[in-house]
Amino acid sequence: MAAQLRVYRQKIKSAQTTKKITRAMELISASRIQKAQARVAASGPYSRAVTRAVSAVATYSNVDHILTTEPETITRAAVVLFTSDRGLAGAFSTNIIRESGELTARLEAQGKEVIYYLVGRKAAAYFLFRRRDAVQTWTGGTDNPEFATAQEIGKTLVDKFVQSEDEGGVNEIHIIYNRFISALTQEPQVVRLLPLEVVEGVEAPEPGESLPSYEFEPDVGDVLDSLLPVYIESRIFNAMLQSAAAKHAATQRAMHAASDNADKLIKDYTRLANNARQSEITQQISEIVGGADALASK
Amino acid sequence: MAASPAAPLEPGEHELAISIVSADSEVWSGIAKQIIAKTTVGEIGILAGHEPVLAILAEGQVRVTLASGEVVTAQADDGFLSVDHNRVTVVARAAALV
Repeated sequence: MAAQLRVYRQKIKSAQTTKKITRAMELISASRIQKAQARVAASGPYSRAVTRAVSAVATYSNVDHILTTEPETITRAAVVLFTSDRGLAGAFSTNIIRESGELTARLEAQGKEVIYYLVGRKAAAYFLFRRRDAVQTWTGGTDNPEFATAQEIGKTLVDKFVQSEDEGGVNEIHIIYNRFISALTQEPQVVRLLPLEVVEGVEAPEPGESLPSYEFEPDVGDVLDSLLPVYIESRIFNAMLQSAAAKHAATQRAMHAASDNADKLIKDYTRLANNARQSEITQQISEIVGGADALASK
Repeated sequence: MAASPAAPLEPGEHELAISIVSADSEVWSGIAKQIIAKTTVGEIGILAGHEPVLAILAEGQVRVTLASGEVVTAQADDGFLSVDHNRVTVVARAAALV
């Protein structure tokens, strides 16, 4: 009986300790969301400007360029997964991995070979455990992404995109990341980066209306050549920032739920412990009464 | 973030709405009457009413002349400049006011 009580007390203590940790993690994430969100907002003007420029070129020029033309046959597609370095964030990384599975199935049904690029330790661990190959992996720093990393990823992808198919180049690039919508909602986004799909910020000209003469310096080809890496980088950096903000929000929510669960456990075990204590006392009383009766009847 | 509306600056007929942005923040924005930047093929000066342009910038300074005649100078590396309906955007991976 006493042993039972001791076990319950131990469990209460353990739940209380865990709750302290999860509560602390919840508060830390809550404070980091603000910072991460501010970084997303600060990078907004840049990515808007780049997107607008790219759309302008795509809309107002008829030049054949790798950036704007869709190849007739697509044999290989690159998929970039943005996960986190740490867990304890609910379904944050799992969602991305599940989306990538669906995308892969879709692409393979179209006869495309899929190659992977991974960001974040969680994706790397998933691939390693299942012995699946990834071309390149970037880990560390997903909580606080740096522009240099985005540049590096961008350069790798662009190099792969301009490479010819026979040498292992890709014709399509997809990215999957968690978009930060609010502290409560984060949504996995699957975006095709290349060939270009954006027509944002610039309205498509009415049919029959003459195109405003956009002047390019030095010329269209050169402008597109140098816009391509900038555009890819800015999209990737934006995805990384969004993902970081979403990760903090997901952690906050997961840790909040964990603290609530700990509270519930503490309450349940306290009840059980009280029960055990009471039945111990009851048993002792009945033993004493029983003993006294036995002595009196002698 | 790309979906949010553009900066609310509204240029007049003889003004330019200029914004200079770097990868992680907006460096400067405001109304001005002239902007001079260095492209890969030479310097380009832009006044209100300029035709749409998209130009690659060479490493160098961007000079913005405000209506008051004051000049704002910024260093812009590795970027481009776009002009569309009196809106000028200078985009650079690294940009800073001098």
